[in-house]
Amino acid sequence: MFEALGQGLLANLAPSMLLLVLIGTFAGMALGAMPGLSATMGVALLVPFTFAMDPTPGLVLLGAFYMGAIYGGSFTAILVNAPGTPSSIATALDGYPLTRQGRSEYAIVGATMGSFVGGIIGVVALIFLAPPLASFSLRFGPQEYFWVAMFGLTIIASLASGSLLKGLIGGLIGLLIATIGIAPVGGDVRFTFGDPMLQGGVPLVPALIGLFTVPEVIRLIALRTRDAQMVDDSQKKASLFGMVKDILGRPVNLLRSSLIGTAVGILPGAGGSVANLVAYNEAKRASKHPETFGKGEIDGVIASESANNGTVGGGFIPTLTLGVPGTPPDAIILGVLLLHGLRPGAELFETSGSLVYTFILALAVSAVMMVPVGLIAGRGLQRGVMALPVRYLAPSITVLSIIGAYAIRSSVFDVFIMLALGIVAYLLQRVGIGGAAIVLGLVLGSIAETGLVQGILTSSGADMPWSTFFTRPISLILIAMCLISAVWPMVQKRRARRNLTEAAPAVAADRAEND
Amino acid sequence: MKSRRIFTSVVGMVALALTATGCGAGGGAAADFPQKRIDYVLPFDAGGESDITARLQQEKLGEILGQTVNVSYKPGGGGALGWSELTRTAPDGYTVMGSNLPHIILQPMLRGDAGYTTEDLKQVYIFQSTPNVLLVPADSDIQTLDDFIAEAEENPGAISVGGSGDFTANHIGTLMLSDMAGIELTYTPFSGTGTAVPALLGGHVDALMSYTPQISQLGDQVRAIAVATEERMSSFPDVPTFAEQGYELADGAYRGVSVPEETPDEIVQTLADAFQEVNEDPELIKAFEEQGFVLENYGPAEAAALTEERTAVYEDLLTRLGMVP
Repeated sequence: MFEALGQGLLANLAPSMLLLVLIGTFAGMALGAMPGLSATMGVALLVPFTFAMDPTPGLVLLGAFYMGAIYGGSFTAILVNAPGTPSSIATALDGYPLTRQGRSEYAIVGATMGSFVGGIIGVVALIFLAPPLASFSLRFGPQEYFWVAMFGLTIIASLASGSLLKGLIGGLIGLLIATIGIAPVGGDVRFTFGDPMLQGGVPLVPALIGLFTVPEVIRLIALRTRDAQMVDDSQKKASLFGMVKDILGRPVNLLRSSLIGTAVGILPGAGGSVANLVAYNEAKRASKHPETFGKGEIDGVIASESANNGTVGGGFIPTLTLGVPGTPPDAIILGVLLLHGLRPGAELFETSGSLVYTFILALAVSAVMMVPVGLIAGRGLQRGVMALPVRYLAPSITVLSIIGAYAIRSSVFDVFIMLALGIVAYLLQRVGIGGAAIVLGLVLGSIAETGLVQGILTSSGADMPWSTFFTRPISLILIAMCLISAVWPMVQKRRARRNLTEAAPAVAADRAEND
Repeated sequence: MKSRRIFTSVVGMVALALTATGCGAGGGAAADFPQKRIDYVLPFDAGGESDITARLQQEKLGEILGQTVNVSYKPGGGGALGWSELTRTAPDGYTVMGSNLPHIILQPMLRGDAGYTTEDLKQVYIFQSTPNVLLVPADSDIQTLDDFIAEAEENPGAISVGGSGDFTANHIGTLMLSDMAGIELTYTPFSGTGTAVPALLGGHVDALMSYTPQISQLGDQVRAIAVATEERMSSFPDVPTFAEQGYELADGAYRGVSVPEETPDEIVQTLADAFQEVNEDPELIKAFEEQGFVLENYGPAEAAALTEERTAVYEDLLTRLGMVP
């Protein structure tokens, strides 16, 4: 193995390869920064170009592009509250509040360093732990996926520590929206109101843009003054070096979030959309000041971005060892591997070791390159956005949102869905129901439903199929995690109240307004 | 309406710039077809077998037709969303959409309102198929199809068979096998082959009705106990057929392309000729074989005949099972 690893390292140090990784990373970042253009679509678009290349550089380009695209999604999430992919939902939760405080540069640096660490840790796990982790991931059956989704839903309790009731209402709205369309198991047509376009359900990316971005655009437009700037930009700027040092001074959060990302990324069918939310929740739970989350807490941005880049390496673990794609972009890269006659499995690492390790190490090189590229290009983009007065910014975001909603499946219908959800989300926000809880319900609803129905079907040999949800060992661990996660925010709150009998009510009231 | 037109044109411009998407409208006479870019739309997510196939065909199609071919995606509803949209697209041949059997037969038959009927789609060409194969984990006690059926007879309904989605070839294949052998199986649909495979490897389902490319893709992690072809496949000479084990089951998924039903015959023929020529390309044949695909050559008339024949088989089975609403 180490010989192949060495060959891979040497191959990666060749100038032409470094250039290729740089191009891939940069192009991926640029694409990821467009809301609606997902990493999956970008990788698919790139595939025909790689047909003309040798297998190794072709795969390297795709891998670097993928890594960059996942990172690029953080820019729009932070700058204009538009999580371009479900992987960046949690990034927006604190990244955008930071932007509104005039600290977007800090958020971008946090996202960059987080992505860097997450990317590296995912790759390290891929190199050294792939076979044991892959076989562990297979123990996750439908029942476990159901509980993973339930665990994700408990995050509502922590997102909505202001008013649990409003959080739950939001979550339920999301779950209801998730039932629209063809049932994931069974194929029944539900709530389409006779419109065949709704058979596919409410598409996730237009919904994300609608629920997060559109309310912000409405808010920007509602600002009174003609020359309004989006944010108060008068704050004193910290030096870049100071910011990087500050972020790297949070090793526990970086490490924990990256490991969560890697672990969740291994599970086919959960991937980045769940990883970033779970990591965010854990960062909040571990934090000494959880009340600052959702109001511009850099730890939230770091957690989300470390986790989603951790999924890149994690997702390749089942892809390369079992032939089971961990995430949608992995499915495309798996297809390319097969086209070149490379069959996944343990023998792939032996027979084509040099190619495989070149590819894997290129992911790490790409993660390293994200730092300079991100700190230069990302901050450049950030300065540009910040310099725009609202009267240019609001229409620009609107156009980007419309393109994003349209592009995902070339459908004007999706643009209408985005706009309608956006207006509804704006109104709900006025009564204190945040978009984040709705998104959680929407993302996790179908995972939970699929797990539930499949679990009952696959265990139809048991006397009581239901009971299998409570008897499998991993399910029991997940149930315990759900309970802890659901109860913890209340414990945390009580503790805070005991410590600061005076300040606690004020904080709670403040949160309710911001949610 | 006006705002919608402006909207569409803005969006169209952007789409062109991104080359990620496309919108085709208008078109010239059938004789000088094609005059402009052709959109090859897949009603599935990127990364699946249809996508890999389309990416392989894309360049050669472009060379033959003398126009760029642009691949895009319109996933949803197991393909139904795309196909119902195709019925509302201009019948000028500039939008061709991937279409699969048995999906386009079963969805309208079983779903009540799928948004299209099988006859709304004019199949231009069927270029490949992936036969069904019954897989069990390598460490399973089940060695042969007889073992499998014996076990199912012993525990009716207790054997769970996973597969890719509802109303797919995997689904109907499982139903056909239960019907022929007189056994009761529990079919569990997964969202695509990608999520069905780990359920088998992890032992969460007892068997998988899947497609033949998985035999080579999964290697010795699984045992293929029967393949649904007339004769053994040349790429997998060790895998017995259902037929030689006593069950006349030969079925699978067929991939092709369709256009709206009213599209002029000459245009359909031009497209069909192009797809046929692509199918003769040695490089593509080699890539298909490596993937475990079976090359098929059904022109418009043959495709229609195949569809009619399969429809009759499925309708008979599903009516007897009481599944047709």
